[in-house]
Amino acid sequence: MRHLMSPLDFSVEELDRLLDLAHDIEKNPDKYAHLCDGKRIATLFYEPSTRTRLSFEAAMMNLGGKVLGFSSADSSSAAKGESVSDTIRMVSCYADICAMRHPKEGAPLVASMVSSIPVINAGDGGHQHPTQTLTDLLTIRSLKGRLDNLTIGLCGDLKFGRTVHSLIEALVRYENVSFVLISPEELRVPDYIREDVLEANHKNYKEVIRLEEALPHLDLLYMTRVQRERFFNEEDYIRMKDFYILDKAKMALAPDDMLVLHPLPRVNEISTEVDSDPRAAYFKQVQYGVYVRMALILTLLEVNVC
Amino acid sequence: MLNVGAINEGFVLDHIKAGKSMAIYHHLGLDKLDCCVAIIKNARSSKMGKKDIIKVECPIDMLDLDILGFIDHNITVNIIKDGQICEKKQLKLPKQIVDVIKCRNPRCITSVEQELKHVFILTDPEKEIYRCKYCEEKYDDRRDKKRR
Repeated sequence: MRHLMSPLDFSVEELDRLLDLAHDIEKNPDKYAHLCDGKRIATLFYEPSTRTRLSFEAAMMNLGGKVLGFSSADSSSAAKGESVSDTIRMVSCYADICAMRHPKEGAPLVASMVSSIPVINAGDGGHQHPTQTLTDLLTIRSLKGRLDNLTIGLCGDLKFGRTVHSLIEALVRYENVSFVLISPEELRVPDYIREDVLEANHKNYKEVIRLEEALPHLDLLYMTRVQRERFFNEEDYIRMKDFYILDKAKMALAPDDMLVLHPLPRVNEISTEVDSDPRAAYFKQVQYGVYVRMALILTLLEVNVC
Repeated sequence: MLNVGAINEGFVLDHIKAGKSMAIYHHLGLDKLDCCVAIIKNARSSKMGKKDIIKVECPIDMLDLDILGFIDHNITVNIIKDGQICEKKQLKLPKQIVDVIKCRNPRCITSVEQELKHVFILTDPEKEIYRCKYCEEKYDDRRDKKRR
């Protein structure tokens, strides 16, 4: 039995198979509509989430399965002090697979250590969010046709943004991928990403402050939100939150085939006037998130896909 | 110099940094063993100036000394059998450390679930980096030293 804790749990070959499966699901959804008849997914969300929880639930329903779960710690036994281990042992009796989001880092790993059903990490604090990374990879591969030979700009909160860290870790495994890290000084990527991931894998990267400087050279721009919840000081948050705003004027500097991705929710870092630009791919990304979660559920449940 | 009798079977841990012996006593769980333990603090040392020494009289398979590699690999471990040194153990960094150091990341699951063991994995032997098994936070011994 396998679990998914980090995007690096899959080798490049396994990831290719998963993305191939997601691609086939996109093209032939009817073929997959009943593969999980009689199966259940438990969505154990100890903190609020709109997209991820609904995406998992939609994925299971698209496969013919059912969903159960909770969407905040207050409405679960955690409020009574139940441990993650006890909760998953109980849930294992009700469901065939589980997706867990928890504010504490490592909680899904603790669950996987005692679980008798596959556990998917649906986000643990600022640590990992592997299904977002799988979503990003599927979006890039589907819309650009490749995961290698890309120049990728990552913009915004590169310090606390777990999606950025996971995406870099996943992409350094591909040939000729280079990065432009666009952030204010205070929100630069952590040292371990620079040293242990980028430099250790001999990847080209540069750090810039101005988005305009990077835009003409990018195949892909990955925008992120400055997250209020990561700041201890409201003043710092207010100073940082409007540092980057991608608008029509800035998009004019970008190549015609550059894609704009965003893990969502956005606040104001992408102006709504960009939504109609054909290069804006962040809502397509949401759809790819459902396909890749369907592929993941089938893979972890070891469902025979003919 | 204070004299402590020779042991027949067990360990002599020599060249312990002065003042560290009690921490090692606890890390090795010697407080829980029903055997003869001698702790010598601030012994004179030509190499170190001052050092601590621990002598433990016990069967030699009774102690897991791997943790010493994490605490200080300059410690000399003499294994004693029939009153003689039969082996000088080379210390190396353990691949995993359980319940010796604590994860100090306030966002780690170990900060709220008290019964969980604190497990650290050696992720980079060259740079001697240990990371929490759960949250992957790097163990920073400088922070620990400041606390001591």
